[in-house]
Amino acid sequence: MPEGSLRGALNRLGIVVVLLALAGGLTAPVSAQAVRLTVYTALENDQLGPYKAAFEADNPGVIIDWVRDSTGIITARILAERQNPRADIIWGLGVTSMLVFDDQNMLQPYTPRGATELKPAFRDTKSPMTWTGMDAWLSVICYNTVEAKRRGLRAPFTWQDLLNPAYKGRIVMPNPASSGTGYLTIAAWLQILGEEKGWAFMDKLHDNIGTYLHSGTAPCVRAAQGEYAMGIGFDARGALLKSQGAPIEVIIPKEGAGWDMEATGIMRGTRNLATAQRLADWTVTRKANELYNSWYSIVAYPGLTNVPPFYPPNAEKQMVKNDLLWMAKNRERILSEWSRRYDVKSAPR
Amino acid sequence: MATAVAVVPARRKLARDEWIARMAVVALALWLLVAVALPLWALLSKSFQNRDGVFVGLANYATYFSNPALFSSFWNSIVVAAIATAVVLPAAFAYAYALTRTAMKAKGLFNALAQIPILAPSLLPAIALIYLFGNQGLLRGLLFGQSIYGPLGIVIAEAFYTFPHALLILVTALTTADARLYESAAALGASPRRIFLTVTLPGARYGILSAALVVFTLVVTDFGAPKVIGGRFNVLATDVYKQVVGQQNFQIGAVVAMMLLAPAVLSFAAERFVRRKQMAQLTAQAVPLVPKPQPLGDGAFLGLCALVAIPIVGILATAAFASLIKFWPYNLALSLRNYNFGNFETAGWLPYWNSLRLAGWTAVIGTALIFTGAYLQEKTRGLQAVRAVVQLFAMLPLAVPGLVLGISYIFFFNHPANPLGFLYGTMAILVLNTIAHFYTVGHLTATTALKQLDSEFEAVSASLRAPFYRTFGKVTVPVCLPAILDIAVYMFVNAMTTVSAVIFLWVPPTRVASIAVVYMDDAGWQGAAAAMAMMIVYTSATVKVLHVLLARTLDRRTQAWRRR
Repeated sequence: MPEGSLRGALNRLGIVVVLLALAGGLTAPVSAQAVRLTVYTALENDQLGPYKAAFEADNPGVIIDWVRDSTGIITARILAERQNPRADIIWGLGVTSMLVFDDQNMLQPYTPRGATELKPAFRDTKSPMTWTGMDAWLSVICYNTVEAKRRGLRAPFTWQDLLNPAYKGRIVMPNPASSGTGYLTIAAWLQILGEEKGWAFMDKLHDNIGTYLHSGTAPCVRAAQGEYAMGIGFDARGALLKSQGAPIEVIIPKEGAGWDMEATGIMRGTRNLATAQRLADWTVTRKANELYNSWYSIVAYPGLTNVPPFYPPNAEKQMVKNDLLWMAKNRERILSEWSRRYDVKSAPR
Repeated sequence: MATAVAVVPARRKLARDEWIARMAVVALALWLLVAVALPLWALLSKSFQNRDGVFVGLANYATYFSNPALFSSFWNSIVVAAIATAVVLPAAFAYAYALTRTAMKAKGLFNALAQIPILAPSLLPAIALIYLFGNQGLLRGLLFGQSIYGPLGIVIAEAFYTFPHALLILVTALTTADARLYESAAALGASPRRIFLTVTLPGARYGILSAALVVFTLVVTDFGAPKVIGGRFNVLATDVYKQVVGQQNFQIGAVVAMMLLAPAVLSFAAERFVRRKQMAQLTAQAVPLVPKPQPLGDGAFLGLCALVAIPIVGILATAAFASLIKFWPYNLALSLRNYNFGNFETAGWLPYWNSLRLAGWTAVIGTALIFTGAYLQEKTRGLQAVRAVVQLFAMLPLAVPGLVLGISYIFFFNHPANPLGFLYGTMAILVLNTIAHFYTVGHLTATTALKQLDSEFEAVSASLRAPFYRTFGKVTVPVCLPAILDIAVYMFVNAMTTVSAVIFLWVPPTRVASIAVVYMDDAGWQGAAAAMAMMIVYTSATVKVLHVLLARTLDRRTQAWRRR
């Protein structure tokens, strides 16, 4: 067969060539010039856009690629990727998870420029630091007034009130294994009541729980939709939903609210260390903290005192005495105990 | 007929085009090895290893079976699948009977309505059911206090999702009837009821069994519906996900995946066996049955079909409605707010465009690959052992649930020693996975079309010294264009709607629409999730309509030779 007809054959079949070309096209990076930072986060989806835009505006040539999931999922993922980290930096994850990583030597020591200005409670005590805080978020009850009226329910004012048999099946809360809000909530109960009484409380509460949801956002959203009468969620989501017209009250129970702190830290082994440091520097600026402050009333930068609309007043005074180190150390034990007791009732994941 | 091509004299030096054909077959085998076989092998071996990759025998399985919460999911899956099958089968049978054996009016319409579920991810009926029967649902009263979250919701959503699949098989089974049998029965004085029980049912028995097995498998392996509406009720599909994504426990995830694979493979094997019997029933002498009008009976079937079609349309309409509500259930004003995905979802509309890219690539590359592969298998000779391997791997994906294939890909492509590791985290791996996932049906479609072509084409070409690829380009492809188009549309629609295969493989830049639906639902934004699911439906429906129009034109242009 002449050479020409072979070439013709390949042209006609075209498969190998076309496939290789297509495969090349498919795997090519999206943009070659800009530095892309892979940022792992548990921030709320609606926060990601504004945060990214604000940082990128100040740092042309850097593009943030978010990998976002709930706290438990992102934490598990970072731990699983320990040998071969895929994240450059973590921005917006509970400090109780950051302490776990730090304990396993997974964070790159770096004190962001200006980090020493932050409130002492919101930064690592080591020098150089491995993490810096952003804001504190609290567990609250989102209580649907319309549904309550329709079903003749009375509003809860304490965590103990949630055991009221009239609430049976009407409460939703996040699964602490997947949700950071879920974990800080049960950690607060265990600290307020002590472990034994804390688990006994949860055993009883379990009877009233409609279902355990995947994320910390979902319980307040579902309560706002009246799908359930009340949801145990976090402060900022409840306030935002209320400002959007949802018929809910955001209640901080009398015993106090559990809380955790969102934090930033660079992954050890990142291939973009310099750029990651630029982001770390930016996250402790006043400008960044003003952004956090549009959501949360308690932020790391001193002197910022905005209270977002419908955010529960005096929240700072109602935070429980919380041992973050204890929360980090006991995280795995508490979560596996929780799963053993209640997971059968939890939503997928 | 099949042996007519084997005219190549033995021991002769192989001609160049034969070499090309052989190399192509080997390339195909290698592709299937990488896309299907090796990942599954990686999964199997992972289930026998601990976190550090050390072989631990059955330790992971022991952990799995000693955990009652995990093991109960296995039975939950089986029970839900059995109930869904029991619900779908009679409805699909009656519907198929109406379409094939009665002179009912509006058959075309009812046939089209029954296809709706194919255009949507299984997440969609589940979301719609929340709006219909959730605690704020429009028709909540119909449940008499039962909760839609759990087995009830899963069964209803799965019934919607699997109905067209069962219908298709039963329509085929009932179409292949021999009118002579019915004439004889009537001549012997058998009552209609007796004819139904002694002729119709036995004639369709393999189709019924086959449909049952297909529905059962689809339900066991479906992830979307239980994810959205399963509530506290765990099934195997959600367990795999929970273990892998939620807890990054890949070992137990691998075990659960094997548990998911087992019923799927068993039922697949049974289905193959049954289908072979069904084929044997057809004889060349059969006379097609033409149903006679029976006003009363036809009217009754019309009512029955409406009874099935109304819920199907209703569920779709509910999802469309849900996507347009401003703030459910307190502000029912219509708005497009839910379509402004940037409010609910990191990447805004990007997942939708990614889905279009994924579906487009899958359709183009997948169809080229599948059809060429089937051609090489059917119409060229040599390397029998390799061909046997290709045949096996080409059939295997049908038995492998998407979740199982997805997790296998993690193990295989994310392995540090794999030179193909660069694919991980690209659109290419999603395309590769989706093609592999839906390979079998495309392969069977192509094979069927190719079998209708006489092998004389190749024999004649060979005697004219025309290489096979010229025959392929000049004759085979044009003649088979309708089948090629079918495969392309099938690949496109499935790539749009699939959740299970890609849920483990996406990364932020390649997040697709169905994944966005899952995530928005997770955050409680059902309205936005419904909106994204509707975007999938609108797109698949558009492609389907274009397909019908194009197929008509094509039929006129290229298939005139079939009519004499």
